[in-house]
Amino acid sequence: MPALKAPLTVEFPFTRSLGPVQSAFLTGLRHRTLLGVRTTSGEVLVPPTEYDPVTAEELRDLVEVAPTGTVTTWAWNPSPRPFQPLATPFAWVLVKLDGADTALLHVLDAPGPDHLRTGMRVRVRWAEERTGAITDIACFEPHESTNKHEVSVHRGEFEDMTTLLTAPARLDYTYTPGRAPTDYLTALADHRIVGERCPSCQKVYVPPRGACPTCGIATAEQVEVGPSGTVTTFCIVNIKAKNLDIDVPYVYAHIALDGADLALHGRIAGIPYDEVRMGLRVEPVWTDGARYPDHYRPTGEPDADYDAYKELI
Amino acid sequence: MPPTPARPVRDVAVVAFAQTDHRRRTDELSEVEMLMPVLHQVLDETGLRTSDIGFTCSGSSDYLAGRAFSFTMALDGVGAWPPISESHVEMDGAWALYEAWVKILTGEADTALVYAYGKSSPGSVRDVLTRQLDPYYLAPLWPDSVSLAALQAQALIDAGDTDERALASVASRSRADARANAHAQVKGEVPSGDYLVHPLRTTDCPPVSDGAAAVILAAGDRARELCSRPAWIRGIDHRIEAHSLGVRDLTDSPSTRLAAERAGAYEVRLDTAELHAPFTSQEVVLRKALGLGDDITVNPSGGALAANPIMAAGLLRIGEAAARIHRGESDAALAHATSGPCLQQNLVAVLEGDPR
Repeated sequence: MPALKAPLTVEFPFTRSLGPVQSAFLTGLRHRTLLGVRTTSGEVLVPPTEYDPVTAEELRDLVEVAPTGTVTTWAWNPSPRPFQPLATPFAWVLVKLDGADTALLHVLDAPGPDHLRTGMRVRVRWAEERTGAITDIACFEPHESTNKHEVSVHRGEFEDMTTLLTAPARLDYTYTPGRAPTDYLTALADHRIVGERCPSCQKVYVPPRGACPTCGIATAEQVEVGPSGTVTTFCIVNIKAKNLDIDVPYVYAHIALDGADLALHGRIAGIPYDEVRMGLRVEPVWTDGARYPDHYRPTGEPDADYDAYKELI
Repeated sequence: MPPTPARPVRDVAVVAFAQTDHRRRTDELSEVEMLMPVLHQVLDETGLRTSDIGFTCSGSSDYLAGRAFSFTMALDGVGAWPPISESHVEMDGAWALYEAWVKILTGEADTALVYAYGKSSPGSVRDVLTRQLDPYYLAPLWPDSVSLAALQAQALIDAGDTDERALASVASRSRADARANAHAQVKGEVPSGDYLVHPLRTTDCPPVSDGAAAVILAAGDRARELCSRPAWIRGIDHRIEAHSLGVRDLTDSPSTRLAAERAGAYEVRLDTAELHAPFTSQEVVLRKALGLGDDITVNPSGGALAANPIMAAGLLRIGEAAARIHRGESDAALAHATSGPCLQQNLVAVLEGDPR
């Protein structure tokens, strides 16, 4: 049976507070001003950090450095990847800005690798729209100039300080659930519910994950369970979830399908929410063309005896 | 004066090691399905059952899986009911082994099961690894792992430490050695590829791999009962450098050198080194930092250039080094694992077999 696959996108827009040094540096970029921080030994760090990477001392003495600098190492990237600063082939570079003692990572716009060498002179090309982010530097570009530059003390204060940074990130995956979940999901689409029996403890797991968590061994023997089952415990949900088209309140329950040794999760419908109870007998309901049950509804059988399901709560 | 390495308070050894056949994709397997055979293999080798294990520790990454708490699913493979003493590091399994080693040194356990796994195939590992970078200055630029390694390679070339020809010879030696490794993914003659990111060609870069590894640690006499020639851990240490690449000398690895000193690597006569160098250029940095001469066999397994399951590749180095001692092919081996961009963090373990 071919493995199931589905696209999976994970997006996480973290918002971070910047602190005094990073706030000054990123706000400075918006104003086309490049700031570094001076360590107690007199070195100028660009990009600046709040703490000395060697001594861990707190650093706050900001200085202004030049928008020109020298490449300390480079790497030609012929195939830009999504989200990288330039869409055309470019070089990654570490640049020691004039007045700085450490190098900044960014990209260099150049025609090709033959135009690159360590020691070459470059300058900042500013982005037209600047937001207070490292991408306010659009890129570096080759630029012949001398590297004489006296750093000047800078208060690090601007109008409209950038104090927060929202860093959106997106990663795209192709999810594959593996052998046992594939068999389970395939059977579900056929309106059958299958578990797997552990060859050692004989317990039937639904949904199966291919391993018995008690014995730590592979499960393979497929066992059809249900379709009916017993509510072992439940809760009443009063919070409407985003993108979920279900009216609140509704009931979410653990359901022990007949023949299974583990309760699975499901929504209960077809009965007022305040009449759902432990021991209620239920069965799955598939909507037209669905690959999995939409919810479970009462079968109308008498309630199960507590002793019949107490081990599965 | 170099610091004197402290002798461990207990003798702890790697007594069993297993790994998967590393592959580009394992679509038909979930993480736990991929992992279980190696767990069973190390247990079978020692005759231990999961209930005999004093401590279990694993290494993996949610960012590879694209799923929160992904390691909890893998726990099904070790039989975590009734409850066990267990821990997880969101790092390479080499650091899980470090935690397990410390646990045994405290006397709270006599045996430990350490495992690590990574499926790189569901996502794009070059993009995924950008999310480990500083979120203020680096991550918004999406500098991928190959590009960062290429910056380091160019710095080495500029410094006269290597050239493209020497890098190519690292690649061809590794993949020739991998012929003898049944688990390797890339082996034998591989034609020198195009530049992926100049100056690194595809052959200078590791394959994208799915795979898993497991080892069992045991203390003192327990180790002698479980293994005919235990690989004694004489010392382990790990050190980290500044995150920002621009404050580091990319041609050197002071953290590796310090970890090696503290692990006692310079106190023994090494015959083997298993280095976690996913890029050819990183082997150049590590050899220099560790002062490895030509008399030492480096990466006889083929190393990370032959198979690079992220989060397991460092544990594999310790396992491969230990297995050579188990087989009597080595008497004293160094194992190294790395994490972070351009060898930012480094772990060194020194393993020895009893005299023959």
